[in-house]
Amino acid sequence: MCTTCGCATGETRVEGETHHHDDPLWHVHEDGTGHSHGPAHTYVPASKYRHADGTMHDHHHDKEGGHDLHYGQGPAGGHAPGMTQARMVQIEQDILGKNNGYAARNRERLAERGIFALNLVSSPGSGKTTLLCRSIDMLKGRLPVAVIEGDQQTSQDAERIRSTGAPAIQINTGKGCHLDAAMVGHALDKLAPKIDSLLMIENVGNLVCPAAFDLGEAHKVVILSVTEGEDKPIKYPDMFAAADLMLLNKCDLLPYLSFNVKLAINYAQRVNPGLRVIQVSATSGEGMEEWLAWLEEGAAGARAGRVHTVDALKRRIAELEARLAAK
Amino acid sequence: MHELSLAEGVLQIVEEAARTQSFSRVVAVVLEIGQLSSVESEAMRFCFDVVIRGSVAEGARLEIVNTPGLAWCMKCSKDVALETRHDACPECGSYQLQITGGTEMRVKELEVAD
Repeated sequence: MCTTCGCATGETRVEGETHHHDDPLWHVHEDGTGHSHGPAHTYVPASKYRHADGTMHDHHHDKEGGHDLHYGQGPAGGHAPGMTQARMVQIEQDILGKNNGYAARNRERLAERGIFALNLVSSPGSGKTTLLCRSIDMLKGRLPVAVIEGDQQTSQDAERIRSTGAPAIQINTGKGCHLDAAMVGHALDKLAPKIDSLLMIENVGNLVCPAAFDLGEAHKVVILSVTEGEDKPIKYPDMFAAADLMLLNKCDLLPYLSFNVKLAINYAQRVNPGLRVIQVSATSGEGMEEWLAWLEEGAAGARAGRVHTVDALKRRIAELEARLAAK
Repeated sequence: MHELSLAEGVLQIVEEAARTQSFSRVVAVVLEIGQLSSVESEAMRFCFDVVIRGSVAEGARLEIVNTPGLAWCMKCSKDVALETRHDACPECGSYQLQITGGTEMRVKELEVAD
């Protein structure tokens, strides 16, 4: 997202590729150019805007807008007999409706292929990538895993994942602070995770913005490390409210810290009474089997859902064929 | 600052409505923002002003209707008011609360001119 003009475009890359703005989620500027932001505005207080060429103009954010024709100020001011100039249009639409539409499509695609998808969220430095690498290692021969990595810049994390042997794709959000469902849809096209596999989406390290954006995952998993404050769940409640599982990571360090585990869990469950908590350490391996069992249970559920759908379709085909034969 | 993405979502909804309901100017945009949603109203105002430039909504007034936070308290068996997600029930002090209102982020209506 560009902090100069507020557009979400231009800097988002799915591993090296720039988007071609054929996606309605990304907007194109009026002049149709890409996003070098050459012709951008600079915000100057007092409602003045400066163009890159140095000219400035006012935007009057008053009731009727600065540039337009005024046919009487406000509703029912009227400019033609029997006609009302202003009217109210009921919209009643969710601001995130578009993202949620993409998320629903992702969720459908994932369900069709029996893929159990998780959206891993945390602040930067909670040990998400290390935990992922360790989980992939331990799941070898048990469950195929694919990874979508979200970061503002670099593909270092995707490279770390690929070195474990698992397929991974990096999304660079540029200046964006979160992944959205359309980005994940593009990544799914390129990554094509295996049928009945586990998909881990490592979101941008940020405890605020990713909370609001559904990616089509089965669960959000929030990772809190014991080197952070135990009051993070009440400082950033939206994320802990949106998650179904909290991993308390780096537990091998507890003997050296004054971190109060009970208090941290208490705070998290204040915000989300149904939140499940697993204490883990990617370094010592503590709690990892419990976490992997949770993953395998979820993956089994996704697989069963796919098989159920396939069976139902097969039954339907048999039924229709029988009807056709009877004609 | 995900309010920028959200403001763009608002603009997309407005532009879509301009196409389907044929109007060429937006006088006001009314949003419904819940007290427990992840939107900061002031940040939304700032971002709204940024994204509407050059659009059908340029110069439009932004009205934000705040809806109060509400939760079902399992102990009291009734709806109670809630200011933040980490508050206890104001009546019994329990945290066994199910949020029932105040998470809205909606474009409610538009005042438009042809």
